[in-house]
Amino acid sequence: MDNLKAIIEALIFVSDVPVTSSRIEGVLEDVKEKEISFAINDLIREYEERSGGIFLKEVAGGYQFRTGEAVGSWVQKLKGQKQASLSPAAMETLAVVAYRQPVMRSEVEKVRGVDISGTLRGLLEKNLIRIVGRKDVPGRPMIYGTTGKFLETFGLKTLSDLPTLREFKELGE
Amino acid sequence: MTAGAYEIKLDIFEGPLDLLLYLIRKNEVDIYDIPIALITRQYMKYIEAMKSLNLDLAGEYLVLAATLTHIKSRMLLPVSEEDEKEGDVDPREELVKQLLEYKTFKEAALGLDRMNILGRDVFGRDHAGEELEKEEQTLREIGIFELVEAFRRISLDIGQKDLMEIDAEKMSLSDRINDIVDELERRGELTFTDLLEDTGNRKRLIYTFLAILELVKLRIIKAYQAIPYGTIRICLARK
Repeated sequence: MDNLKAIIEALIFVSDVPVTSSRIEGVLEDVKEKEISFAINDLIREYEERSGGIFLKEVAGGYQFRTGEAVGSWVQKLKGQKQASLSPAAMETLAVVAYRQPVMRSEVEKVRGVDISGTLRGLLEKNLIRIVGRKDVPGRPMIYGTTGKFLETFGLKTLSDLPTLREFKELGE
Repeated sequence: MTAGAYEIKLDIFEGPLDLLLYLIRKNEVDIYDIPIALITRQYMKYIEAMKSLNLDLAGEYLVLAATLTHIKSRMLLPVSEEDEKEGDVDPREELVKQLLEYKTFKEAALGLDRMNILGRDVFGRDHAGEELEKEEQTLREIGIFELVEAFRRISLDIGQKDLMEIDAEKMSLSDRINDIVDELERRGELTFTDLLEDTGNRKRLIYTFLAILELVKLRIIKAYQAIPYGTIRICLARK
């Protein structure tokens, strides 16, 4: 297929969530997996080389177009509203869930030393974390983990793509 | 030291551990060798300040105040023979461990905040077009009763077919909850019937239904209906 790259580019362009390569394979029935991944990598490189306002990124197990960091403030201005970022408290709860998952609420509260019901609810509503099950102990407390939306929001391919706690420590110092 | 020497920036603390870390940093003392008397005194001053400002003082602050006082008193006591046998544990050890752990995650939170966050630093495509495509139906949110009624109808349809079946399938509610959330993430919206009909047997049907109720209760999903006894649509309750 000689316009393979163009097709893939269009498929990723129209999608609102990161497009997985298996979904692309599903659309392009007869094309080999390898050809598709070559084409995607080609596209990623082309956008990198062009170094324009848009980049193709691998996030949350799929591919997605996003604006470059350098133009972020201008896009912000166009959109008009100031995008609410997470509060420091919510970010702390999210960090504990992300690094300790699957984790119970009581474990997060022990680390943070405060009640986390408010931040937990906010993160659930924003779909950054989710309930992954219940622990088999008295009271059957719920256990939490991060979502695909979390990976998408922080631009991570997979959870193993998260910087290690040590890396954060070194950056902070 | 006078109270005036303290800058009161109470709202910036994310909790008692955060306040304690701040005091340790401010006094430039070693976290492994905290001068408990000094830090406890300053910590109490902050607590007093919060009280005098009529701030809603969270109970956790008081718990840590009690812990600090307890450690302080233990450090004043001479070490008894029993303690010595037990290996002479520093009464501060537990607190230091907790502080270090909290510090790690506080740094991680700051680290996450420095990353390029979608919707703040980088942006995806806006999908304004898709909003228009959505049917112009007015949907109303429904409650447990409608769900139960719909469940009753579907369970009647499935009937007693599997009455004799010996069910060896292992199933748990959390598995069904995860399956449903995954399915919704993939497909965006499902009907109640979609979810229940592919279940096949009665046990699975009941688990699925319980999972839906649990998810509605936790406000992870929302259920809508256009007309009474109409199709029930289920979607994730994200903003």
